[in-house]
Amino acid sequence: MSDTTIVTVGADMFAEAVEGQAVDVERVDWRPPMPGTEADLAKVATDPRRTEANRRAVEAMLGVTAHLVDVAPASEVLGLEKGQFLHAGPPIEWERASGPLRGALMGGAVLEGLVDDAEDAVALFESGSSVSLEPCHHRSAVGPMAGVVTPSMWMWVLEDRSTGRRTYCSLNEGLGKVLRYGAYNDEVLTRLRWMGDVLGPLLQAAVRGTEEATDVTGILTQMLQMGDEAHNRNRAGTLMLLRDLSPAMVDAGFDSSDVADSLRFVGGNDHFFLNLAMPACKLALDAGRDVPGSTMVVAMARNGTDFGIQVSGTGDEWFTGPAQVAEGLFLGDYGPDDANPDIGDSAITETAGIGGFAMATAPAIVRLVGGSVPDALATTRRMHEITLAENPRWTVPVLEFQGTPTGIDVTKVVRTGILPQINTGMAGAVAGVGQVGAGLVTPPAEIFPKALAALAAQVPA
Amino acid sequence: MSTDHVELRSGAYADSVTLLQVSRAVQAAPGVAAAQVAMATGLNLEVLTGMGFDVPDSSPNDMVVALRLDDDADLAAALAAVDTALVPTRPGSGDTTVAPPRTTGSALRRTGSGAVALVSVPGASATVEAMDALEAGHDVMVFSDNVPVAEEVALKQYATSRGALVMGPDCGTAVIDGVGLGFANTVRPGRIGIVAASGTGCQQLLALLDHAGTSLPGVGVRHALGVGGRDLSSAVGGLSTREALRRLDEDPDVDLVVVVSKPPAPEVAASLQEYADGLGTPVELGLLGRGQRDLTAVAESVLARLGHAAPAWPSYGSDGTGPASGPLLRGLFVGGTLCDESMLMATEALGPVRSNIPLSDDLALTDELLVDDHTFVDFGDDALTQGRAHPMIDPTLRNEQLARAAADPATGVILLDLVLGHGAEPDPASLLAPAIEAARAERRIPVIVSLVGTELDPQGLAAQRDALVAAGAEVHLSNAAATRRALDLIGARA
Repeated sequence: MSDTTIVTVGADMFAEAVEGQAVDVERVDWRPPMPGTEADLAKVATDPRRTEANRRAVEAMLGVTAHLVDVAPASEVLGLEKGQFLHAGPPIEWERASGPLRGALMGGAVLEGLVDDAEDAVALFESGSSVSLEPCHHRSAVGPMAGVVTPSMWMWVLEDRSTGRRTYCSLNEGLGKVLRYGAYNDEVLTRLRWMGDVLGPLLQAAVRGTEEATDVTGILTQMLQMGDEAHNRNRAGTLMLLRDLSPAMVDAGFDSSDVADSLRFVGGNDHFFLNLAMPACKLALDAGRDVPGSTMVVAMARNGTDFGIQVSGTGDEWFTGPAQVAEGLFLGDYGPDDANPDIGDSAITETAGIGGFAMATAPAIVRLVGGSVPDALATTRRMHEITLAENPRWTVPVLEFQGTPTGIDVTKVVRTGILPQINTGMAGAVAGVGQVGAGLVTPPAEIFPKALAALAAQVPA
Repeated sequence: MSTDHVELRSGAYADSVTLLQVSRAVQAAPGVAAAQVAMATGLNLEVLTGMGFDVPDSSPNDMVVALRLDDDADLAAALAAVDTALVPTRPGSGDTTVAPPRTTGSALRRTGSGAVALVSVPGASATVEAMDALEAGHDVMVFSDNVPVAEEVALKQYATSRGALVMGPDCGTAVIDGVGLGFANTVRPGRIGIVAASGTGCQQLLALLDHAGTSLPGVGVRHALGVGGRDLSSAVGGLSTREALRRLDEDPDVDLVVVVSKPPAPEVAASLQEYADGLGTPVELGLLGRGQRDLTAVAESVLARLGHAAPAWPSYGSDGTGPASGPLLRGLFVGGTLCDESMLMATEALGPVRSNIPLSDDLALTDELLVDDHTFVDFGDDALTQGRAHPMIDPTLRNEQLARAAADPATGVILLDLVLGHGAEPDPASLLAPAIEAARAERRIPVIVSLVGTELDPQGLAAQRDALVAAGAEVHLSNAAATRRALDLIGARA
């Protein structure tokens, strides 16, 4: 009869009627959208700008290649001055800051010499004089977990060669008791000082001395094929970075024991590359910002209290809701009661289509997503339901090299109720504790209808 | 007194996430106060020490099993729990089923380029699904009603700009390349194209042309494109009707196009006439309205343009139909256009009639569907389908009114329709015939049924007809003929 396929959405009797005529039917598993969003959805769906705006946003994002061009202190590259602190997530004040963010700020205050004893920093931040807090995202940076950046911290500098735009991220400290998880004891501060005195300058010399700037986007492409999803697993990426940088590190003329310490530190820290994956993702997503009418999410970030998103069509406005506590696996005898709500800018990886979105490519850590390889495949496939595109560069071998789901669409999240899947670490709720586990989290659902309402309000009459 | 058990397993390896899960499983085992199974990395040794375990010298390649037990006796069971938890879980079948798509856009990514989307979600959500189809370059049929007219206009303007077709909203019927969508009849293929701003009007035409085609080879329908009942309103301005006409005009396999519609806005009808006149393919406009032709006359005109005389439209069971026993005509319809058509004819013969879809506002029925006047009810109207299925699927409401009308001594004749085809009840006569029989058990009131369907329909025309006739109804294939017959019977009484 006909070779036309009929896609049915709604009453199944019509699908059955078509099947009864020996015609292929593809059924949509439709469910009502998030409550009260129907009118906004219809308004945004019929916004004459939307299709083209989303196409432009996606194209701009996918067009970015992030190159590693420098390593330098935040004071130099971000213009950060003494007393200025960057943090992860949407804006927040000390009063509402969670334990790990407070812990990291306190450690940062000691590192910058603002106080001698971390406990004295509490009064400093409470007074609010001579200190200020600002999201990393507002300075083209991203910070993992607490994401605290102070002027003396050394930053990776990534650049999009075609536009000259740059993004920044601090150097990864390793796991366990580290500042980004809110720990601030002497061991933490000693490590940070070594990173500032030895590792940062050495990496700077290496990056500046490496003829061909490292293509971070290219490493991401390769690591996805090597079993990393580039959020909770960065093992392959870290080793590829070392491969690129180690000759110049050795050649830089530094004390050989410092070089050996640095190589050992980087090689022994499987998450080292995460701090390059994150700004690479931000660089791409920033290219998709500020397209009027676009419903693409350009940032997901958490400060340990609020979860916020930014959307291409709504500029720098944050849409926020309470951050959730991740579900997952705990270190030692820590349990859910010890965990702080979700924290960190690292969800920028999911925003760009890796991390939890590329779960299918990282079978080694599938136990984080319910335990089995089919679950991981299902997670990546599910994310395709809420995204605008597939990344032709970042592909998943086990899914026949299908591109990772890329460009979260606010309207699709609201329509399907499917929330972005984020792989994350868990910080202890109390300042000073550090990491307590790792697991899965989603944004609070209500922020998507909020963003949708703002998009609907902007539709030209 | 609790006891600690710490052992090293050299050569054993599992990734850290697996081991976290193993630890959690073992912690839940009976008698276990604390458990940590981990590779002996520096970080993990710190954690173990922090928990109070005393770990012997080890390398990062050793696995440490550390258990704290309330009672030594539980050790064997706890170690067994460790071993069980370390065995990798292998789902036997490996469920790799791909989940069904959740949006129309997602579903269309899985299909070929020519796919058509059929949307029947609640009206408030229909526009979003329809836009998915249009954006992906596909045609869409929107069965859903209660879609705001502004959204309909937006959808159709977008579609027109991309050469896509929006059928609907509130489009009940379409036939595309022989595939019936929504409530559609199975018809013989042919070289006629239909554009319909009226679902049951389209079905009436399909049924009549199919009947004529049995004796007139070559008469049949290639496409029937529904456009939704509001398409020829002032607000929408016939956007989809024009697109449908443009397509059928371009189709070399279509020799003649017929447009059927509920009463259109006059200025839209005029501009449509102008547009149709400019096309290469002849267009027969069958726009219902006061002083306009009925659908059967339109079908006859189509046949005439193709060089055929109209057949005698059949009727059955007329022998038993007595004269009207009261002065009033009661029309109880499931098809909106059929109801419109009958009302227009009745108004000419009897003067103004009352209806829930009145020809003018002053003739509106409110909640009371049976008043002391000629009454026509469309049970498929939005107001009567809120929260319930269409009467083609759920006949309860009409059957109730049928009983009430029959019980009213002022009722002279009852006029009904019964619509067959895909999507309709598998055996609607089995539900209507008993109701007719019950009505006629009171007094031998004439019940006239227009039966819209074809011999190829899933229900089988003949079987449905026979059941109605056996119940005492007089059955017509033409709604106009059925209406004329009802009016004659009322007229005979008057």
